[in-house]
Amino acid sequence: MPDGLAIDVRGMTKRFGDRVAVDHVDLQVRTGEICGFLGPNGSGKTTFIRMLCGLLRADAGSGTCLGYDVITQSEAIKRQVGYMTQRFSFYEDLSIHENLDFVARMYSMANRREAVRDTLERLGLSERRNQLAGELSGGWKQRLALAACMIHDPKLLLLDEPTAGVDPKARREFWEEIHQLAGQGLTFLITTHYMDEAERCHRLAFIASGKLLTFGTVSDVVRQSHLTTWSVSGPDLHTLAEHLRGRPGIQQAVSFGSMLHVSGDNAAALEQAIAPFRNEQYDWRQVEPGLEDVFIHLMGTSRDGAPA
Amino acid sequence: MRTHQPFSLARCWAMVVKEFVQMRRDRVTFGMMIGIPMIQLILFGFAINSDPKHLPAAVVLADHGSLGRTVLYGIQNSGYFNLVRLVKTESEGHDVLARGEAQFVINIPEDFSRDLLRGDRPSVLLEADATDPAATSNAIGSLRTVLTSALQHDLKGPLSFLAATNEPIDLRIHALYNPEAITQYNIVPGLMGVVLTMTMVMITGLAITRERERGTMENLLSMPTRPLEVLIGKIIPYIFVGYVQVALILAAAYFLFDVPMVGNLGLLLVVALVFIAANLAMGITFSTVAKNQLQAMQMSFFFFLPSLLLSGFMFPFRGMPEWAQALGEVFPLTHFLRIVRGILLKGNGLNDVALQLWQIALFTAVALTIGVKRYRQTLD
Repeated sequence: MPDGLAIDVRGMTKRFGDRVAVDHVDLQVRTGEICGFLGPNGSGKTTFIRMLCGLLRADAGSGTCLGYDVITQSEAIKRQVGYMTQRFSFYEDLSIHENLDFVARMYSMANRREAVRDTLERLGLSERRNQLAGELSGGWKQRLALAACMIHDPKLLLLDEPTAGVDPKARREFWEEIHQLAGQGLTFLITTHYMDEAERCHRLAFIASGKLLTFGTVSDVVRQSHLTTWSVSGPDLHTLAEHLRGRPGIQQAVSFGSMLHVSGDNAAALEQAIAPFRNEQYDWRQVEPGLEDVFIHLMGTSRDGAPA
Repeated sequence: MRTHQPFSLARCWAMVVKEFVQMRRDRVTFGMMIGIPMIQLILFGFAINSDPKHLPAAVVLADHGSLGRTVLYGIQNSGYFNLVRLVKTESEGHDVLARGEAQFVINIPEDFSRDLLRGDRPSVLLEADATDPAATSNAIGSLRTVLTSALQHDLKGPLSFLAATNEPIDLRIHALYNPEAITQYNIVPGLMGVVLTMTMVMITGLAITRERERGTMENLLSMPTRPLEVLIGKIIPYIFVGYVQVALILAAAYFLFDVPMVGNLGLLLVVALVFIAANLAMGITFSTVAKNQLQAMQMSFFFFLPSLLLSGFMFPFRGMPEWAQALGEVFPLTHFLRIVRGILLKGNGLNDVALQLWQIALFTAVALTIGVKRYRQTLD
């Protein structure tokens, strides 16, 4: 891989009719890195991933994926990329073993039987190999899908909301595995809506309305947002939030359990705006903005008529 | 709140409104609800005619007198026969029948006029392709009267004694290929084509839409596959299924219905491959156009209905007006019916069926080309 970049694309653009789904997105992901890909629903995450692995033709853009031209060499890219779709996309009417075997054949693997057997063992599914994939629970389906898209030893994994609808324990195990694989040199691009998962990524890309808004490590992203956040606790926070919202200097007032996070990107204006409410009733303290504050902020500022 | 209301008009109305909205969104279903009755009206109302007229007939005219021609004029004017060509010998006439270029061969023997005038009751031989008894029976039935009335004009004055005799002409009728006019002989081989059309188009029609609908298409496309690999890979298993159907029908034809099998079964199996491929190609093409499985089913039905009605399976092909015949020529079933009846009942060889076979092959090529072109390697 030249200069250790698994993904190095610029100006990737995709239009569907008049709608620009992905608008000149640049992205560089280093080999062995886990890149979290975040953004509201319909922001273009899936479209971007599909362009990377040749499932959609880009209207504009250039660059490389695993060293291959992302526009002209999608055939070669497909061989070395594992793509896990958002929706379970293996054959529910085939058994676990038959699904894995089909995938292994599709990649014309020389040691097909071995690869399938190893995968089944690693999954701990050897005994249930003849069970139909459609009968598996959500967590197991997700594990099967991950195993199947890794059967051909890909160098890059594109995982589209791999943990949606998966319980917390299974999610934790999943992320442990991802980190282990990244340690072995695999590169990951993972979309997620979970902030705890975002914080487990080496680097984050946030996309909204098809535009890349921010890119960097968690602390980079927080810093770049220039956001100041105050946390307030006290009685009837709902009414307080109503009063605060819409005041100049306050861009968001979001409930976090028994707290309210009040944020704005101008520290002075924010402090001025909350001043009338700083009385003995409420306990105000300035906090480091969390990823969620940053993302809600980004979503708010980018909402120029985009379906969010 | 009235929770135990047995029937709520408002809820029922909500359902009605929702159904109409969905109906309007689903253009294909809506098109089918309008299109099917239109097709049926047009086909049953205008195209289908169970009393076919103007059937093509070849003539062997060996007579040099004028009365032979008089008889032919009479036959032509009857409306049942359309004298399309003159052949020299009886065996040439048989070839024309075998290839289905004419439905009848009319033989006017040498010295017909002379023998007629002498009162020797010359014979006129009508050979009919009776594979489809429904197509020929009315024409055959009418011929005796046609002959008698054709001569009435000429047999006057001194010759009137001839007209008075019961039959101045000895009419002989040879119903070839299916002399006992057994309908099953025609229907059962034809059924092979009908069953293959119905099942093959439908089953492959669902093949790709099912992948798309279940979301597995996205996965399939993310793997290094090529369109032809996928399409042919999907077609081959159903070719096998098609042959099982062919074998079943042939066995039933032989053991249950005693259908004669005059021709070469090996040839039939080869031809069946081309026909199966045609239907699979059509189905695959529907599959690449349809958005979901329901649409694919509907398209298959749209294809099947005119195939069935215009192919000559249910109603005599030659009974239809020309525009309907031209339309019928497009469908592979039309040609396959001619081939399968030709091979089983008439003993057709490769040369006899070549023309029909070509037309099926052409259809296959066109359908498959559209299918491969429409098959997208991306999700665009």
